[in-house]
Formats: sequence, C-alpha cells, structure tokens
Amino acid sequence: MRAAPWLTATLFLGPLAAGLAGTLLPAFGYLPALGGDSLSLDPWRALLAAPGLARSVMLTLGSGLAATLVALLLVLGFCAVTQGSAWARRAQAALAPVLATPHAALAIGFAFLVAPSGWLARLASPWATGWDRPPDLPIPGDPWGLALVLGLVLKEVPYLLLMAFAALGQVPASASLRAAAALGHRPVPAWFKLVLPQIYPQLRLPICAVLAFSLSVVDVALILGPGTPPTLAVLVLRWFGDRDLALWFPAAAGAVLLLGLVLGAILAWRLGERAVAALGRRWIATGHRGGQALLLRALAPAALGLLLAASLAGLAALIAWSLAGPWRFPEALPAGWTLRVWRAQSAEIAGPARATLLVAVLSTLAALGLVLAWLESGAGRRLRALVWLPLLLPQLAFLFGWQVALVRLGLDGTLAAVVWTHLLFVLPYVLLSLADPWAALDPRYARSAAALGAGPWRVFWAVKLRLLLRPLLVAAAVGFAVSVGLYLPTLFAGAGRITTLTTEAVTLAAGADRRVLGAYAALQAALPLLAYALAAALPAWLHRHRQGMRP
Amino acid sequence: MTQPTRRALLGAASLALAAPAWAQTPGHALLAADWPAVQREARGQTVFLNAWGGDDRTNAFLAWAGGRVQALHGVAMRHVRLRDTAEAVARVVAEKAAGRTQGGSVDLIWINGPNFLAMKEQGLHFGPFLDRLPNARFIDRLGKPSTIVDFTVPVEGLAAPWRMAQVAFIADSARVPQPPRSMAALLDWARANPGRTTHPQVRNFMGVTFLKQALHELAPDKAALLRPACDATLRPAADALWAWYDQLRPHLWRGGRAFPANGPAQRPLMLDGELDIYISFNPAEAAVAIANGQLPETARPFVLAGGTLGNTSFVSIPFNAAHAAGAMLVADFLLSAEAQAQAADPRVLGSPTVLDLAALPPEGRARFAALPAGPAILPPEALGRPLQEPHPSWMTRLTAEWEDRYGR
Amino acid sequence: MSLRIDDLVITLGDRPLLALPALAVAPGEVVTVMGPSGAGKSTLLAFLSGTLDAAFRARGRVWLAGEDVTNLPPHRRRIGLLFQDDLLFPHLSVAENLAFGLAPGLRGAARRARVAQALAEAELAGFGPRDPATLSGGQRARVALLRTLLAAPRALLLDEPFSKLDVALRGRVRDFTFAAARREGLPCLLVTHDPADAEAAGGRVLELGRG
Repeated sequence: MRAAPWLTATLFLGPLAAGLAGTLLPAFGYLPALGGDSLSLDPWRALLAAPGLARSVMLTLGSGLAATLVALLLVLGFCAVTQGSAWARRAQAALAPVLATPHAALAIGFAFLVAPSGWLARLASPWATGWDRPPDLPIPGDPWGLALVLGLVLKEVPYLLLMAFAALGQVPASASLRAAAALGHRPVPAWFKLVLPQIYPQLRLPICAVLAFSLSVVDVALILGPGTPPTLAVLVLRWFGDRDLALWFPAAAGAVLLLGLVLGAILAWRLGERAVAALGRRWIATGHRGGQALLLRALAPAALGLLLAASLAGLAALIAWSLAGPWRFPEALPAGWTLRVWRAQSAEIAGPARATLLVAVLSTLAALGLVLAWLESGAGRRLRALVWLPLLLPQLAFLFGWQVALVRLGLDGTLAAVVWTHLLFVLPYVLLSLADPWAALDPRYARSAAALGAGPWRVFWAVKLRLLLRPLLVAAAVGFAVSVGLYLPTLFAGAGRITTLTTEAVTLAAGADRRVLGAYAALQAALPLLAYALAAALPAWLHRHRQGMRP
Repeated sequence: MTQPTRRALLGAASLALAAPAWAQTPGHALLAADWPAVQREARGQTVFLNAWGGDDRTNAFLAWAGGRVQALHGVAMRHVRLRDTAEAVARVVAEKAAGRTQGGSVDLIWINGPNFLAMKEQGLHFGPFLDRLPNARFIDRLGKPSTIVDFTVPVEGLAAPWRMAQVAFIADSARVPQPPRSMAALLDWARANPGRTTHPQVRNFMGVTFLKQALHELAPDKAALLRPACDATLRPAADALWAWYDQLRPHLWRGGRAFPANGPAQRPLMLDGELDIYISFNPAEAAVAIANGQLPETARPFVLAGGTLGNTSFVSIPFNAAHAAGAMLVADFLLSAEAQAQAADPRVLGSPTVLDLAALPPEGRARFAALPAGPAILPPEALGRPLQEPHPSWMTRLTAEWEDRYGR
Repeated sequence: MSLRIDDLVITLGDRPLLALPALAVAPGEVVTVMGPSGAGKSTLLAFLSGTLDAAFRARGRVWLAGEDVTNLPPHRRRIGLLFQDDLLFPHLSVAENLAFGLAPGLRGAARRARVAQALAEAELAGFGPRDPATLSGGQRARVALLRTLLAAPRALLLDEPFSKLDVALRGRVRDFTFAAARREGLPCLLVTHDPADAEAAGGRVLELGRG
C-alpha cells in the first residue's frame, strides 16, 4: 500500500520521461535508427519552412485560447447569476450526459447539426431560408476555426461547470453574498468581487487542463477544424504518419513547438489572471455597488441552454442518421426508419466495441486500484502534482516518443500498452473525483470497525469501500468515460491493431456514409452514458432500503 | 517448430541460389514451400490486413473476405483501418529502423503507387511471392498491364493485384445532362456553376489523382510523365497545370478553400445536392452507391474524351510480417473467382476484375456471367482503355507543390 | 478483567501533551476523564484503542486482563469504542451491524439467534431487518452499545457518547450503558464534559490538564 504512490509515479514518469525524451531528441536531429546521430537544428529549419506553419500556429493559439476563455466566461457568468438558486443544481443534472459524452461523438453530432446540409438547415429549409440545396458555406472546417471553438466549448463548459460547483461547495458563497447585500451590494457584481476570488484557486488547474487540451486536441480538430492548413497538432500528426520517415524530424520539432505553445499559453494565462485580479481589486476598492447585470442574467443561462440543446440535438442527430432510411435535403426527417445499418455493421462494429470496453474496464480498474491504494496509504500528497502532468502537456509531445519506446519494448499494439497509456489519462480523473469523498469519510467508522475486531482488509472492503460505493462508482464511470473518449493515446499505443469506437469514428468522420458514422458515434456516446447510468442506478438499487446511504 | 516449416526451410536452402535479382527476402522458407505446406502453416494465424478504411463499401467487402478465408482455410483476418496507406508503410519502416526483422505487426498492405515504390526501393516487400499463389495464373497480364507494372514501376511479383480501378467522374444527370468531357471543359462548366464540383484534398490519393488526370491533358510532353519527374520535365508540365488550376480553384466547392477528406466523402455531398460533379476511381461507383442509397438515382458516370487514368490495387506482404503464410492465403483468396466476382458485383463494389475471364474454368466464368447490369454502369467499351499512371514521383512532387501554393 | 496504564507520556513534537503515571480500572468500574478541550482526552482514547496518529509519540504500557496490549493492532485489542455519534454502518441493517463484530466462530442459525437475543434483551425485538436510519436516537444509541458488547470487548472507551442525546433520553441511555458495563464486568473510561455524567458513573474522576 505504501508503495502505491511510488508505483504510480513510476508508471507515470516512465512514459512521460521516455516520451518527452523520444520527442525532444529527434526535434534536434537525434534519432540513430533513422540515421540522425548528431544534434542539429535542421528539423527546426524544415519545420519553419513547412507551408502554412505560421497560419497553423495562429489558428492553434486563437482557437485554443478562445475556446478556454469563452467556456470559462460562460461558466462564471452562469454561476454568478444562478448562485443560490435551484437552477444551479438543475443545470448540473442536465449537463451530466454531455459530460459523459466523448469529444469526438459531440463534435460529430455538432457537425451533423450545423453543416450546410445539417439538421438545422434542413429544419429551416426551404420555408424560411429558401434553400432547396445546401448553401456553399464553410461549416464545419471554416478557415477561422470557429466551428472548432464551438465544438470545444460544448464539452468544456460542462466540465468547468462541474469543477465550479465543486469549488462553490467548499466556500461560504451564500454567506459572503448575504454580507455583501447587507452592505448594499447587488448579488451578481458581488459574486465576482467576493466569491470568484475564493473559488478561482481551485479552478486554476482545471482551466489550465482545458487550455492545454484545447490547444493540442486532434480528434475534434480533425472533425471540426480547417484542413488547409489545419491546427498545429493535426499538422504534426500528418507528418508522423507520412511514409517518408524523414518527416519525423520536423514532426518532433512541431511537437516541441506545440509543447512550447501550451506552456507559453499557460504562462500568459497566469499573467492575465494577475492583471484581471489587479483590475478587480481596483474595482472593488472604488466601492461601486454595481448594476443589475440584466444582460448577463439573460445571456448566461440562455447561452448555456443553447449549448445544452446543441449537444443533445447533436446526439439525437447521430441516432437519427444511424436509423435513417432515405433522407434527402431539405427534408426535415428521413422518409423512413430502418435498422439496416445497425444490422449490416453489427459484425464490424463488434470488434472495436469489445476493444473499447476491454481497454476502458481494464484501465479504470487499474486506476481505481492504484488510487485506492494511494489514498489508503495516506502518503504521497506531494506526488499528486505529477498526476496532473499528462493533462497539462500536449499529448503529441510525449506520445510519439512513447510509441518509439513501446516498439523497443516490443509492446506496441498490445492490450497492455494501450491500457498503460490510457491509465495516464484515466488515473488523474479517478483520483480527482475520489480524493475528496475519501478524505470526507468520517474516520471514526474505520476506528469503530477496528474496535469491533475488523482487521485492515475487512475495514477496507466491508466498511470504507461500501460506504464510498457511490463516489467509487462515479469515479469508475468518469475513468471509463475518459478512456472511451481517448483518441491519440489509442492511435499511438494501439499501433493500428487495437482500434476503438473512437479511433474508428474519427476515421469514418473523414467522410464516409453518415449512417455508418452515426452508428459508431452513437455507440461511442452510449457506452459512457451507460456507465454513468449504472453508477447512479446500482447504489440506488443496492441502498433502496438504506436511507443513510442516499445522497 | 512444426513439420511443414522445417521442410520448407530445407527447400529454401536450394532456392536461395536461384533467387531472382529482385528478391527482397531471398531464402525465405515460405517462398520455396509447396502450397499445401503454406496452407498448413497458415491455419490458425491471424492476418492483420492494413488497408485504407475510408470507404465503408470496401470495408464491408474486406469483412466478407475475412469471413470466407476463415471458413475456407481457418485463417482469421483483421482489417486494420488506415486513414492513409502511408501509415502502414511508416510502421514497417519504423520496425526495420528499430531492428524488428521478424514478428512485424503488418502482415498485408493494400498498396500501390508511391507507397509500393517506397517499400520496393527500401527492400521492404516479402517475395516475390505472386507466382506461388495458385490463382495468380488467371491474372490478365496482357489485357491489363497495370497488374504487372504499377505506376510505371515493375511489380516483379512483390505484390498481388486484387482489383482494377479507373477514373470515372460522376455527374447528377438531373442537373448536368451534358457533362464536360475534358478538364478544360470542366473549367468552363465550373465557371458557369460555381461551387458545384470539387476534388478530395490532395494528400489523399483521389485528390492528387484529380490533378494527375488534368496533368495528363495539359502537360506538353506526355511521355515525360512515365519517367521519374525532374525539374526539367516537371516545370513546364506543372506550370501548365497550375495555370489551369488557378482559374478553376475559385469556382470549386467552398471556394477551393476546403476539400472533402477523400473520395467517398463526396457522395453525401452529391446526395445532399452540394455537388453536381465529382471524381471517382470506380466506374461502378454510381451503381453501387445508388443501390445503397448513397447517391441520387440520377447519378451517372462519365469519362473524359481523352481517356482516364487507370491502375490496379495490390496487396503486398512486408518483409518482416509475422503471418506471411496467412497473408499469402488471403492474397490468393482475393484473386479467386469467388472473391473477384463478389468485388465485381455492382451491389458490392463493382470493381472490374484483374482476371482473364477466358482463362477461368467454366464455374468461375459462370460467377461473372450471373452479375447484374444497370444504367449507372459504364460498359467496358464506353470506359475506354485506361491511361497509364505517371511515375509515382509526379504524385509526390505535385502534392508538395500544391501544398506550397495553396496550403498556406 | 481490568485495565491498567503505566507511565504513559504522550508528546506532540517536543511538546508534552499528556502524562499519566499510573491508572488502574477495575472490572465494572467507570472512571470518568474530564478536562478542558485540548487536554488530551481524545488522544488518550486513541492511544488506548491503538489508533494514535503517527504525529504523536507515546511511551508507556497498557495492560488488559493481565496482557500487554500496547503493541497490538487496533483490531486485536478487543477494546470497545463508543462515540458521540452512534456510527452504525448505514449500508447494513440493524442485525448486520450487530453481527459485524460477533466472533466468526458462531455460525448460521446460532449467529442469528445471538443477535436476536441481544435485540430482545435491549427491548428491540424484531428490529433486526430495519434500516438503522429509520431508528430513533435512543434506539440507535442502544444498538451501537449492543454492537460493541457483541464483539466481546475486554474494556470500554466512551467518548462523550451521551452528549448529542436530548436530556430526557440521556439519562436512560446512560443507565443502560453503565448497567451493561457492570453486568459484563468491563473496565470503563468515560470522557465527558458533563458533570452529570460523572455523577451518574459514580466512580473516580480523573482531571486532565489541571496540574
């Protein structure tokens, strides 16, 4: 048990160190297997000479920062105007399905919705728009990355909202606002003055993770982002997949550049935080009571509702297409419904579906085991920062080097390699969702059980795990959902041999039949939803006669 | 070690002396083993077929083939779906760089053109194995020369052909009753109908094929296309091409700023009414897609007056394949009359066969005779004899120039 | 059975927290421990039950029925613990709670009978299948005591167990607890702030943190 934090650290540091080194060295020309046996700046020259690089970098920075900023402002605005009302809880419940849905499925659903031939255009045509053919509009894949930003916001808002609600639960938000009201402050401005500074420290890490993710995401960028040129991450991935392995050198340099962009963006964000804080303090010092914030009151919940509606409609579009018979533009609904695609694809979809389940279950179990041992040992608090690393570094920056290491170890394309690589991303979320409930468990239960003669194992299994069954299953569902949604880690560690619904769906998103794509993406979205549903239903059923176990 | 393998090894020793000059895995035991020995060794193997996975019709055909080789020979086949064939080539190259000379993760690759050449130049093919396959004797080598010369590069038995491809454009006849019959006419048509045609992105083989098709029409020296591109031959040809393309691009779908990811991605665009004309590599594309509800009933194929490019799809076995015996069996099955007739079925793929029907035994011929015909299929005489693909270096250079000119 | 503590000194860092040269509690005797907050009352109980946090250092020995239990892990000491809250396991029924500490030797019907008998003796007959959350405060306090007694402890440590009960109930639960301790002949340490508890216990009072 005491070794758990160190074991985890090794399982994490190994891939990260090997991966970063295996990316950094080729970025400076060193990769003996390909004849690069001295350090040089040639990879960087090749990178800088690549067509479209400048635009690609601008696009990456613009879309990543915009997605993070928009998502954060929406979440803060919503929290500020709904503080203390029942809406906050309702929003949390309504957003749970979106939180569970993998990025790729949401992005594909979003594309099904907003494309010129998408559901929205069909619903509004031709009676409102006059279109009897889809308009020639660059959506998705617009050169400015707007569709990409929206697709990211769709998924990051529920995540940040959950984090914000968790943080709000730990500070005296309502009391602060009552005190402010007594001094004549209006609630919404007072929220920004008093509550935000209290919760922001807890939001900082999730925000940085969102920022890093948005800057380096590949699957959503492939589905919704522009192609000529694409974002830097997609460009780098293209080079890594080229038959000309000499392109690995500029690709490695590109991955390092991406790492630099992410670190630079995080640094810039921190500086921005300070500037905003300084301005905020000055605002507070003026003693202005602030306005009614009527615009924000209307806008924030409306925007959130719109996002939620878009997500759910997108998911509905996936299902609708997978069941659609003939469906010509601009008909609002298919001319008929059929199970033909599901029947025809069932054999082919079964393989990736099995692999998805297997990898997700194994990586979640491994993560749960390590996290529980870690928490139970009570040690390694300082190591927790390490666990965040895979979420703060761009995946490309270490996955390529890690893949090379896996080939050396003879592990590439094995289940073990994929599970190990997924663990890097599953474990942080499992730890995150389990750490607080674990710490909040009344230690006197364990002492009582020990005093009744129960040894450490029995205390652990029969008391702690059972009392924490609900958060445990929620953590498992979160880990499962994270694993199901992983694209690049599966692509690199699976070496094409282990393919999941996510890798298949992203491949199909390049333009195959919408019905087939709809089926893959719908199933990809359904698995985590089922896991969440199970995590909610199982304790509810087990504890149906136990009032004390209800939330 | 199993019995047949040992025997095969003994046989290999004698073959090593007689190996042809182009052998990439000289002395490999399987190249000398008799067919029953190959079959015995293959039984129980799982063959990882690395094939582009962007077309669900092809995916379905390969899944069918996997089921058949399992039933016939006890060989399991897994289709590793690639976004780009180059990924599999890169994997083999990387394995060679890492010193993995056996037990490689790729058993069979669907390949041709630059990818085939890249592997051939680096000695990464297993074989020559083609003439070890019983069904190879039915290949129509005279009538379909691209089955032995791929993009001007001699195949030399290092890959087995499995389907013919020829460029055919698809037009929605309801909107384009008189389709343009040359690339120059396509430009005029696009001017009159902006945004209604496109080509896949040029990193995709279908996209660059669009450029090559135009190059064939516009290049001043067509014979130069059959030799490796050099600056002296590339410049005049490419300049003529880009002069034409610069005029065309603004009138393409999405203003020529975005492109469908691959060939099949154009189908839903035509079905929705976004495209009226698009390029395809399968003369039966319209018939197959109409039958599957993926194209409007009015979609019809057409070819250019000056002819269209044709080539052959191959499968090759990497030098370090872990399951070379199973891969040989799959390659042989793909050449069988059963598989070829299935692929030629316009309800499945509609791909023209690589076989010489006259050479087939009667029951094999009967399979083809039973195939249906339809209005959306071009008969061979309308299709015309395919134009030979330029040397792969043209494809590579054109892609790079396009990205440099338009990818910024 | 008796409880004896020898030469106990507990320190936190360099700071001495608690010193107890000698204390012996006879079978059935209830010794009340009082003192202001921070005087080390809870620390003393944690030390005795074997759950002292690693931050503390303790010297001294604990004898239970003539056995030195100082180095035994908590679950081997057989020292019963009762807290302010009943801490009935909310995921188990009343009967399952009671059976939790029952020695594993007793099986099947005999085990169920033992639990039922204990419930009957505490005027809770038929409460076995109940959800603990549906019991009244007084019932829960009694079940908690029964659960502790069924584990066959050799001593009882009571950490303000009556402080959360309302006044009317407090006396009854207190009498019930002390009677049980006397009946079973268990040495008891009672930590409390309430002089009425000490009075009801009727035994010696140990003042911590005052000289």
